[in-house]
Amino acid sequence: MFGRLTWDSIQTHDPFLFMATIGMPIVVIALVIVLAYFKKWGYLWREWFTTVDHKKIGFMYIILGMMMMLRGFVDAIMMRAQQSIAEGANHGYLTADHFSQIFSAHGTIMIIFAAMPIFIGLMNIAVPLQIGARDVAFPALNSVSFWLTVSASLLVMVSLSIGDFSTAGWTGIAPYFEKQYSPGSGVDYWTWALQLSGVGTTLTGINFFVTIIKMRAPGLKLMRMPLFTWTALTTNALIVLSFPALTVALLLLTLDRYLGMNFFTNLLGGNVMLYNNIFWMWGHPEVYIVILPAFGIFSEVVATFSRKQIFGYHSLVYATAVIMILSFTVWLHHFFTMGNSVDVNIAFGIATMLIAIPTGVKVFDWLFTMYRGRINFSTPMYWLVAFLVMFVVGGMTGVLMAIPPIDYLVHNTVFLVAHFHNMLIPGALFGYFAGLIYWFPKIFGFKLDERWGKISFWGWAIGFPTAFFPLYVLGFMGMPRRMYHYDNPTWQPLLIVAAIGTAIIAGAFVAMAIQAYVSVKNRKKNADLTGDPWNGRTLEWSIPSPPPVYNFAVIPTVEGRDSFWTEKEKGTAYKRPEKYSDIHVPKNVPYGVWIGIAAFFFGFAMIWYMWWLAILGLIGAITTVIIAANNDENEYVISAEEVKKIEDAHYERLAAAGGKQHE
Amino acid sequence: MNNEANLHLAAEAHQSENKLFGFWIYLMSDLIIFAVLFATFATMATSFAGGPGPKQLFNLPYLFIETMFLLISSWTYGLSMINLQNQKKNAVLSLLAVTFLLGLGFVVMEVTEFHQLILDGNGPDRSSFLSSFFTLVGTHGLHVSFGLLWMAVLMVQVATKGLTAGVRSRLMRLSLFWHFLDVIWVGVFTFVYLLGMV
Repeated sequence: MFGRLTWDSIQTHDPFLFMATIGMPIVVIALVIVLAYFKKWGYLWREWFTTVDHKKIGFMYIILGMMMMLRGFVDAIMMRAQQSIAEGANHGYLTADHFSQIFSAHGTIMIIFAAMPIFIGLMNIAVPLQIGARDVAFPALNSVSFWLTVSASLLVMVSLSIGDFSTAGWTGIAPYFEKQYSPGSGVDYWTWALQLSGVGTTLTGINFFVTIIKMRAPGLKLMRMPLFTWTALTTNALIVLSFPALTVALLLLTLDRYLGMNFFTNLLGGNVMLYNNIFWMWGHPEVYIVILPAFGIFSEVVATFSRKQIFGYHSLVYATAVIMILSFTVWLHHFFTMGNSVDVNIAFGIATMLIAIPTGVKVFDWLFTMYRGRINFSTPMYWLVAFLVMFVVGGMTGVLMAIPPIDYLVHNTVFLVAHFHNMLIPGALFGYFAGLIYWFPKIFGFKLDERWGKISFWGWAIGFPTAFFPLYVLGFMGMPRRMYHYDNPTWQPLLIVAAIGTAIIAGAFVAMAIQAYVSVKNRKKNADLTGDPWNGRTLEWSIPSPPPVYNFAVIPTVEGRDSFWTEKEKGTAYKRPEKYSDIHVPKNVPYGVWIGIAAFFFGFAMIWYMWWLAILGLIGAITTVIIAANNDENEYVISAEEVKKIEDAHYERLAAAGGKQHE
Repeated sequence: MNNEANLHLAAEAHQSENKLFGFWIYLMSDLIIFAVLFATFATMATSFAGGPGPKQLFNLPYLFIETMFLLISSWTYGLSMINLQNQKKNAVLSLLAVTFLLGLGFVVMEVTEFHQLILDGNGPDRSSFLSSFFTLVGTHGLHVSFGLLWMAVLMVQVATKGLTAGVRSRLMRLSLFWHFLDVIWVGVFTFVYLLGMV
């Protein structure tokens, strides 16, 4: 009945996991009761869980990403704390096995369940608005993608208390993750969580690719698209083309583990290195999947806050496209030490270095946009400047490691850990933070608090280098990554510095929470009445904040780049249309939630060998799809009068604000 | 017809066009799954681990009949689509039924082949070659099975809803899917079976 799930699988031995085992259900039950007490479940179900509105789905993605980021950050604190004390006779407070689970979970969560949801959330919010669309191409599918991501995140969280998580790192180590060496539930949690979220992400990629190609407002030619939309387009192309490789890598591993096949084993003809090749065929493009959208955000931010047209629009578009293509040609640099021939290593080394060229082009474009601009140093600009400085450092260490002989020296040391954090934290995370602050007023109608935003920024700007630059040095000193204990007293001081850096970053997170609180408290004072709080340039700022459910009462006609800015310059912005017409809006559907629930039970059942439940989950998901396919009544109409009423209210607010927000 | 209704029809056509385009993108993504599986098979094509190879395992005449089932089913699906253009509901339905039976025949033959291999002790756990063979061919077979399920649902929809815009658009997409699987099978037949016999 319960497969291999027994009472012993529930974590009670380790004090930390025991806390999670006790704490998580208590929090969940308390939440259920509180929401029921305030009668919020109906509201949540109607307005949020079943929504197909891209803005709401985007917001839910961001909440999910933030929550998972917090979990991943707790993992980071635990690792830094362990390594700062576990020298010589002191073995720290974590066991080797637990430490391995933590670093595996940390990587998996930060990439798949924090970075991806946050950027997909921002894309959901901004892309349809930037291209003048009323929704994405497939609104119901969007909801399915989201709930698949939720169910995958739940699997990762459940692994804290029921069974354990993988100890094979976030990338998986062949053949160590095979059943022979890792018989527990850990690797299976990792596989199914990744597989489910991968399906969701692939659907998102298809959805947004079609949205951007097919749903642009009239006149919005490709070369007039805002740069965030451009990077979203290339990112989605990358998702569609690279995620299948992950799907296959995980599928083959699953077949090895469940049916005794021999793909990545070292038995009966299995090929251990095949796994690394397939995995990194996805893994490297994945890096650009999370970084390119941040580049797009920075391009929007730098132009808006410098009051200037972006410098080198075409070069930025081409650089993005070149990075997209090159990202498929460098996967082998993740395992130069595999024993390839020198020629192969050189070819991939050169391809890797080539990526620095389009990236450098971008950096100069952003710098030249600021040059002689009338810069407004709002919080997003802080993130941009910090990004420029630190990202260049990270990029240069990347070029260093692209040289195979140097890679032989620093491979699998903490130098590598420092390098990719140096790319992903300034490169992706800082960009997402800038984007969150930038588009927050669009969604909620008020700005985030600047003061606490800047305090949080300084926490990151100081904490990040303190936490990671010591790792460069430690890497040169030969410290391997993923050590739960070491016998080298010279490493310890630097690891303590790194731990202090992590503490500073924790302060930055606290400041961010205070920022959210203060912003909500002062929402009247920081209200955005015009819909254009930053004196923006692109279409999303031409509509009210928060936008009505249909976004654009009349689909705009675009005549050039930065079209809203041009209209403001010409004095033709905010023109009232002569008449409104009825608008068809997609209805809310519960299919996403149902599929998410079915997928969760399917994944959980597969992990614990409860075959009957797995079959039930699969049937549930398929039945939902069939029911959805039979539903042809998926739209409702907002009448022209209603549209007029909503728009009139906005024009009144506009008149009250007097359009005097920007001097 | 008034202007509003026209607009609505245009919006519906636009939506169906988006779905068709989206489905193309999905197919390209699926194609990469097969590409990686083909590459895996290529890596393991001679990893017999002392076990049997293609020459001992495959029966070409049998596979020829199996292949014909699938190829002819693609043709009958095409005929069904021609009748869809002419709004002949019954012809559409009966040709779909023929397609379904041919597709089912293909799946049954494949399952029989797999079953026999496993009975003979040449299951997917015997060697990497057999692992990759079962996975590549089985993934294709699973796709065909899902196609059959989809076809059954659409036959019910044609029968109950008639040839509405929604049903037509779904039939078009299944058509793409079905021909796509045909193309994949040509690759499988050539690279897995024929090349293995050389």
